[in-house]
Amino acid sequence: MSLKTERIIGAEAVVKSLIEEGVDVAYGYPGGAIMPIYDELYKYQDQLQHVLTRHEQGAAHAAQGFARTSGKVGVALATSGPGATNLITGIADAQIDSTPMVCITGQVASHLLGTDAFQETDVISISSPITKWNVQVTRSEDIPKAIAKAFYIAKSGRPGPVLIDITKDAQQGELDYRYEKCTHVRSYKPVPETNLEKIKQAAEVINNAKKPMIIFGQGVILGEAETELKDFVEKSGIPAAWTVLGLSALPTSHPLNVGMVGMHGNYGPNKLTNECDVLIAIGMRFDDRVTGDLNKYAKQAKVIHYEIDPAEVDKNVKTEVAVLGNSKDTLAKSLEFIAKNDHTSWVNEFRDFDKIEYEKVINGQLNPTKEGLTMGEVLQGINKATNDNAVIVSDVGQHQMMAVRYAKFSNTRSNVTSGGLGTMGFALPAAIGAKMGTPKRDVVAVIGDGGYQMTCQELGTILQTGTAVKIVVLNNEFLGMVRQWQQLFFEKRYASTEMTNPDFIKLAEAYSIPAKKVSKRENLQSAIDEMIASDTSYFLEVMVEKEDNVFPMVPTGASVSEVRLS
Amino acid sequence: MEKKSYTISVYSENNLGLLNRISTIFVKRHINIESLTVSASEIENVSRFILVVQMTEDAVKKIIGQLEKQVEVIQAYYHTEDEIIFTETAMFKFKSELLFENPNIQNIIKEHNMNIVTVNRTFFVLEKAGRRHEIDLIYNALKPFGISQFVRSGRVAISKEAMNIRKILGEIV
Repeated sequence: MSLKTERIIGAEAVVKSLIEEGVDVAYGYPGGAIMPIYDELYKYQDQLQHVLTRHEQGAAHAAQGFARTSGKVGVALATSGPGATNLITGIADAQIDSTPMVCITGQVASHLLGTDAFQETDVISISSPITKWNVQVTRSEDIPKAIAKAFYIAKSGRPGPVLIDITKDAQQGELDYRYEKCTHVRSYKPVPETNLEKIKQAAEVINNAKKPMIIFGQGVILGEAETELKDFVEKSGIPAAWTVLGLSALPTSHPLNVGMVGMHGNYGPNKLTNECDVLIAIGMRFDDRVTGDLNKYAKQAKVIHYEIDPAEVDKNVKTEVAVLGNSKDTLAKSLEFIAKNDHTSWVNEFRDFDKIEYEKVINGQLNPTKEGLTMGEVLQGINKATNDNAVIVSDVGQHQMMAVRYAKFSNTRSNVTSGGLGTMGFALPAAIGAKMGTPKRDVVAVIGDGGYQMTCQELGTILQTGTAVKIVVLNNEFLGMVRQWQQLFFEKRYASTEMTNPDFIKLAEAYSIPAKKVSKRENLQSAIDEMIASDTSYFLEVMVEKEDNVFPMVPTGASVSEVRLS
Repeated sequence: MEKKSYTISVYSENNLGLLNRISTIFVKRHINIESLTVSASEIENVSRFILVVQMTEDAVKKIIGQLEKQVEVIQAYYHTEDEIIFTETAMFKFKSELLFENPNIQNIIKEHNMNIVTVNRTFFVLEKAGRRHEIDLIYNALKPFGISQFVRSGRVAISKEAMNIRKILGEIV
């Protein structure tokens, strides 16, 4: 914290404030209304790296990817008007997936506000429903406080995106600069108080349960409660399933990790959600893709909800006991009251379902007898090459569900995907940020041929920064998930889902990225090994079976126990 | 569950853009705001929103959660009509000649204890504060005379229960 005051312009105050907040990398794209800030970024480039993405959406997703692997706040910068609106998809994605992000947009000079000036857009109104907080700054002297507040709000409690819109005159005007971090906003309570009675009540219900089941979500990762979750699971002996965003909080190999719930989740946890007597939800929000038909969801079970956001309690599923607070604290406190137990025969029920799923679904993916490559075997190859230690960044669609189903994880913060919003085009830019957030780890972007083409301009960012992102495009020449639904629910009318694709290898090579295409099984593992061994970025295109489907599947509107295996 | 009329009170910071944030919470859920009043509250720099909506109790509870989740919202409450004291204000404008030519208007003014806000050569303005049904009654009675302008305010309401906003803000009462 700098206590002395200095006379500087607003734009310099922006950059100095970011540095005070520990920001050493920001993603963005310059333009007229944000030029003064870029001029200062030029001066401070030894302290704060600015990554020029090729589109503002890429900047937002890169900031998200950075936040997801590093646990820090991601920062994205854009100019007014189209620059600001191009951030919107990323902001909406960060809001629904609770990703801490600070976006700074330039705005036309304050005397031009409301005049339909060049590149003027009311980004405050546009972003209000999809930000945790936003503010327009029109006076230079308000900049440090706005940035301090933005970082505090983005990171604290249930994290989320924050947007600061700064008029050009505020960037250019002078102020007496002094930075103080924000530690309190009087109208804002980031973490609700934990009631010890609720912890005891929850423990009593859990201790008396015969068939308890845990479902954990991203709240565990955001609360940095991975150890507490593991202790809780091991002491109670309760099988633990995860949501897409909870994935990697508990190692895949943990004996009580029973897999994924939801639409393409595992057979056992979906079936047994409707047989457990106590359902313990930890840092998850009962999204419709998790629950299927709510009227037939875990009706027999007492639901315990460990949650930081009071608005999530009883929102979709009625709880017996809600334990409010940060997952790290509530799980640690609960541990004192949870009896040591084991539920071997109940856990075996999950394993029995696993055997059925293996035989009917998994075996065909991992040990295919047909000629065409499966997405599952590609993921298996990546597991093998990285010893289950990679960060997997997936896009949206079939390959995403295959990635979360078949990728194995030993470390937390290793699964980066667009869960709530389902943003195609997320993975490539997010992988750039993810790699910068954890430079020593292997970061593998797994993308479909459709989503890849939504943001493949970010290959330019990889070229310019030299970020060693490994890109795997699983090419089935279809918008596969939509095609799957057309096959299952629209009598195979493949409306606008077939893709005529460009030569992806030439495209990668145009950006000087080493590239290889695999169509045959015998070449797959060696290509994956070569990609992982590469010190630089690498592009691998795998031609996969065109009309494979993702199973198990809970059809929309069905109950989780009606999960289909074919 | 049955839909009922609920009066929502939101205490918030007096910040630009918050009205937008609050209204989008309702718009997102396709809920019509029947009445909205924003004013100062008993605490300096704290605004108070009063909204009237038709919802089920289950849905209104969730809306309160979403409102309180807003960083600049201090606290939100919902009440049924028997839990609050409430009123709204209406104004009616007429041509001046009606006041002298038609004694019935004078009777209506007396009967309903209406205030005459202003009278001049061309027009006069009546005002009445009351419940919605009273104002509807007056409106229907005055309508045949030819109302040149009519306006009714949103509901203002005070709760019977205490609202501990100062305590929430950590101020010394």
